[in-house]
Amino acid sequence: MKVVVGLGSCGIAAGGNKVLEAIKSEVENRGIHVDVKKAGCIGMCYLEPIVEVIDDGGNKTTYVKVTPEIVKEIFENHIEKGNVVSEYVLSEEDRSYIEGQKRIALRNCGIIDPESIDEYIESGGYKALEKAIKEMTPERVIEEIKISGLRGRGGAGFPTWFKWNATRIAPGAPKYVVCNADEGDPGAFMDRSVLEGDPHSVLEGMAIAAYAIGAERGYIYVRAEYPLAIKRLEIAIEQARQRGFLGKNIMGTDFSFDITIKAGAGAFVCGEETALIASLEGERGMPRLKPPFPAQRGFMGKPTNINNVETFANVPWIIKNGGKAFAAIGTEKSKGTKVFALAGKVQRGGLVEVPMGIPLREVIFNIGGGIKGNRKVKAVQLGGPSGGCIPESLLDTPVDYESIVKTGAIMGSGGMIVMDETTCMVDMARFFLDFTQKESCGKCTHCRIGTKRMLEILERICQGQGEESDIELLEEIAMNVKEGSLCGLGQTAPNPVLTTLKYFRHEYEAHIKDKKCPAKQCKALISYRIDPEKCKSCGLCARKCPVGTIKGSKGQPYEIISENCTKCGTCLEVCRFGAVVVE
Amino acid sequence: MSCCTSKGHGLEQKFPDEEVDLEALEQVLKEYRGNPSSLITVLQKAQDIYGYLPRKALYHIAREIGVKPAKVFGVATFYAQFRLKPIGKHLIMVCHGTACHVNGAELITSALCDELKISEGETTPDGLFTLQNVACLGCCSLAPVMMIDGEAYGKLTPDKARNVIREILRKETAKGEV
Ligand SMILES: Cc1cc2nc3c(=O)[nH]c(=O)nc-3n(C[C@H](O)[C@H](O)[C@H](O)COP(=O)(O)O)c2cc1C
Ligand code: FES
Repeated sequence: MKVVVGLGSCGIAAGGNKVLEAIKSEVENRGIHVDVKKAGCIGMCYLEPIVEVIDDGGNKTTYVKVTPEIVKEIFENHIEKGNVVSEYVLSEEDRSYIEGQKRIALRNCGIIDPESIDEYIESGGYKALEKAIKEMTPERVIEEIKISGLRGRGGAGFPTWFKWNATRIAPGAPKYVVCNADEGDPGAFMDRSVLEGDPHSVLEGMAIAAYAIGAERGYIYVRAEYPLAIKRLEIAIEQARQRGFLGKNIMGTDFSFDITIKAGAGAFVCGEETALIASLEGERGMPRLKPPFPAQRGFMGKPTNINNVETFANVPWIIKNGGKAFAAIGTEKSKGTKVFALAGKVQRGGLVEVPMGIPLREVIFNIGGGIKGNRKVKAVQLGGPSGGCIPESLLDTPVDYESIVKTGAIMGSGGMIVMDETTCMVDMARFFLDFTQKESCGKCTHCRIGTKRMLEILERICQGQGEESDIELLEEIAMNVKEGSLCGLGQTAPNPVLTTLKYFRHEYEAHIKDKKCPAKQCKALISYRIDPEKCKSCGLCARKCPVGTIKGSKGQPYEIISENCTKCGTCLEVCRFGAVVVE
Repeated sequence: MSCCTSKGHGLEQKFPDEEVDLEALEQVLKEYRGNPSSLITVLQKAQDIYGYLPRKALYHIAREIGVKPAKVFGVATFYAQFRLKPIGKHLIMVCHGTACHVNGAELITSALCDELKISEGETTPDGLFTLQNVACLGCCSLAPVMMIDGEAYGKLTPDKARNVIREILRKETAKGEV
């Protein structure tokens, strides 16, 4: 009997550690023999904590939303007596969440124990590295990656073989391999899940890249906000060294390679390659002009190849199964799969990996189960602060680099935020500009000042003080920032504004001309009121109102005295009769 | 990025210069002395030790690893992770990532500001709580999310968030520390 608990950050946040404790104490109290194991995130974050029970015959039962009380029931009925507690088992409907996916980068996530190198090896791990260094020349490895059609998963989608080759042929030594695990998009967690759930696949991918380009040292630049990922990487690196997959003369060949972890310090711009390199060198993370590209002059002025976490995680699979097998998945120009972090107003949020080319609609509805509370989807945001909002009418757009760029958004690193009719698109644009404005490193003028001016205009519009000329002004500044900025941060920062202006101009106009927020989100443009017909005068809202501005008495409908109302939403939240109206 | 040269107030005025035990840094400096490219790592370790970056420690680090104080201050103020002021006993981080924003993070922060009677970024006068907005805690499917002392609280409502704080406060009062 084996019991596996999903302990990614999301599982832990949902109470996974308490469940693990409960399982351990059940095992001890009952004095039975059960193998208790940890795994990373399987991706069904909306169902965490998840516990799998695998009996001696290999039959697997998945329990979802498990609590310590449920653990007790599982032990009493299932583990002791063999009766599955069907009430808490993963439903058929939820099973479709996993079945609609194609897992390559996430092949081991949630399945193996990320802290056990043996489980990684059992699942075929480090076989690809062995094949590469014992049977293939570096040129052959690069050729295989070229056949696979793999493109960078960090956002821009640059062909991976090309970067590897450029670094390989660049003069200068030593050369470096860097893994970009800065994951700056606020609202995305693909890379974190891969690092937490399957760190060895990233190490193996980096080692193969190092062999191909001729590097002996690698760095992983991880967000400091990911302590669990850092811990699991440290364990994995140590294990790989002990088994001779990292270090001197790997597997008896004359290829040597080792990896160091560097924790970032919280700056979005450090996801940009040249800023990342500056940060690795202990400097402020400011980008510089390219060329020279990192492949020519990178870390310490030496040829450096930087790839994203997911890019590296795909590499062992490609070497093991052949580039052709990877290229058989996806579209003509976008091969393989893409991992998305599905969140926002979607029913079933979590991590999904789908073949390139499937329509966005399928991801949101077939896998994500549509919108919470049966509301209507309004838009989906891809690419975070560098991306854009794709409206409902374009949801048949296939997931591939070129098609998504055509909408004005970008594929990005995989953040996919679903929005419904209660999301204000002007406020979304303001939100992203607030982010980029804070994160602009300040080196170039257009980005530093342009983002600030755009933010001011957007804030004004949300405050109900927008002027008719504001839309034009926004468009003008946006174009200037796009053209005049030094790095990708500034060049893409206007995208959220430009796409919302393109598809949701009427919302801007409603804010400016009618002083109305159609989504009823912008505080300055809404007011709260109690519908006397619906009010049962229970008085709950009045007791909960933090500023005490709801008056009334038993038998009389309550009333909000609007002068003092801070529009905090508490009354709306607590009213059980739907009597609070927002206008 | 935060900027610290607001009118007439240099770093000297803005940040306290407390007496700190520089000996505590020795262990870290032993490893990195004279190695300027390790500056960020050294600052991270110093912050682990003191809970923030005291001014005296910054000058000391500059001397020991061999860079100008200006550069140390430059790096320390560039990155969001570094704090130049001490924080309260409990650090409340409210996520303002995209998923949390869409699901009402703004309401959570304003409820907490109201509950604690401080603004975002401030510490309560009793030194118990510091309130901070952060970008994505990585639990987006549980949005809106906040994290207190490393523990995440998901699917928040303004009311739930207030209750979490009251619960901590109740425990503190029971301990007799307030
Ligand atoms: C402002 C900015 C932020 C970025 N953030 C990230 C990031 O968090 N993670 C990432 O992998 N790439 C990020 N990138 C893209 C990287 O610069 C780089 O293209 C990528 O790491 C290359 O790896 P790939 O070819 O495997 O995609 C960012 C780019 C810019 C301009
Ligand atoms: S957006 Fe809040 S946890 Fe990711």
